[in-house]
Amino acid sequence: MAAITVAGLRKSYGSTEAIKGISFEVAEGEVFALLGPNGAGKTTTVEILEGYRRRDAGTVSVLGMDPESGGSRLRERIGIVLQECGFEELLTVEEMLARQAGYYPAPRPVEEVIDLAGLGDKARARVRTLSGGQRRRLDLALALIGGPDLVFLDEPTTGFDPAARRNAWDLVKRLGGLGKTVLLTTHYMDEAQYLADRVAVIAAGQLVAQGNPESIGGRDSGAALIRFMLPGGLPVSALPVRARLDGDHVVIESSDLTRTLHLVTGWALERGVELRALTVSRPSLEDVYLEMVGR
Amino acid sequence: MRTLGLLARQIGYEQKLYWRSPSSAVFTFAFPILLLVIFATLNQGATIRALGGISYNQYYVPAIVAFGVISACYTNLAIALSFRRDAGVLKRIRGTPLPPWVFMGGSIGSSLVVSLLLVVLTTSVGVLFYGVTFPGRWGALLLTLVVGAFCFCGLGLAMTALISTATASPAIVNGTLFPLLFISGTFFPVEATSLLGLIAGVFPIRHFEQAMFAVFDPQLAGSGIELRPLLVMLGWGLGALVVAVKRFRWEPRQN
Repeated sequence: MAAITVAGLRKSYGSTEAIKGISFEVAEGEVFALLGPNGAGKTTTVEILEGYRRRDAGTVSVLGMDPESGGSRLRERIGIVLQECGFEELLTVEEMLARQAGYYPAPRPVEEVIDLAGLGDKARARVRTLSGGQRRRLDLALALIGGPDLVFLDEPTTGFDPAARRNAWDLVKRLGGLGKTVLLTTHYMDEAQYLADRVAVIAAGQLVAQGNPESIGGRDSGAALIRFMLPGGLPVSALPVRARLDGDHVVIESSDLTRTLHLVTGWALERGVELRALTVSRPSLEDVYLEMVGR
Repeated sequence: MRTLGLLARQIGYEQKLYWRSPSSAVFTFAFPILLLVIFATLNQGATIRALGGISYNQYYVPAIVAFGVISACYTNLAIALSFRRDAGVLKRIRGTPLPPWVFMGGSIGSSLVVSLLLVVLTTSVGVLFYGVTFPGRWGALLLTLVVGAFCFCGLGLAMTALISTATASPAIVNGTLFPLLFISGTFFPVEATSLLGLIAGVFPIRHFEQAMFAVFDPQLAGSGIELRPLLVMLGWGLGALVVAVKRFRWEPRQN
């Protein structure tokens, strides 16, 4: 059974259409990333699934319930990490988790969750003394305290330094390892690629592609790029295949990579030409993404 | 049963938050006591001819008892909740299975605890240091306190619903409260039939003070329960609750 089913979802704010009819499914136990630039409609979509916003049209099912009417029964089974959401600054980490644990019928032990989030040495500290990174970990701890089946993470690493991002990624990986279903939003390609089993790209309120991070947008079957530098004096037109110049580099796009590579290297060997800095690459998720969101 | 336990725990956490917050502890708890001491000391020995020559403090202490409840309920709830809403704390709570009414009940219950403490403290100070008579009308005191707390908690929640941003809340809350405190006769008697008295009579503060004055009035025979002002407060409280339920927002205003 799918943990989340969305079909034909629409939402407008005033005369602005934020979500223009999107559909996707998230399977149980899957880590699913909604990838898109700022203002694409990621947060609106997630907040509809969490029950914070009403939709204008379409059907939505979260753990078999409609989030508009699921109420406490649905909220008992989901954990939410919102963007920039406040804490009770005057409670300690332990108190805040214990208070929230009391809201759920079968919470995880407070100490276990504190350890999982790596906040062991801050358990008795007031929330207002925590650093930015520690706050995001507390965010995650609060989302997990109720023992949810499904966790929503809205831009969990925006504004993090690289080390903090790595830590957060490890935590999310561990969630996946615990068998939780995770729906995360991000505008970082590498984050989606590293964390998600499946990715849906959203731009201007519409889904433009979905699939696994390796093959989305034809990454695995589309044209590959051959790049190298020619010694001075040799024009690009001397090559046996069509090529263009990108700064100092010659760039060749090929959908028949083996053959093209053979032609080019054969040509070079025959003439004793060194192809310096030779690389062969697939378009990165970033290339695919930027093309899809129209930048 | 589980819900009642949850409510009790929620009141406990609200109490922790209240006493750890310097702004609420100082402005809503210490302020009424400060006003009591200043005015009672300034007017020690004075009498009020219009009220049959009773001592000023016999008039003033019940008014400050009422003000303490207003401060703990109306001022505290409206300001604290609007700041917590802007910080996203309320939005986070809305994403948990905690029933909204238990959260509200926790805030109201905590305000009631603070009100009770203020009533006991201001009454004791009045009796011990300023020669005020309390005729032992415990039932009337409790009833007036509970009805007053209901009315002003309701108004605090309604005001939270109407306030758009937290930074505006202290100005709005105090700006609505203090002019009414003055014309309702908190600090000196205001004739009921005067223009100011008539205006004040529309709002619940004057009624709360009248009810509290009757509880303390040594010249009055009987239970000390004044039905009319209590009914007016109930009406305001119910109206305010309707506004609060209809208009309450759990999220900061979207820009």
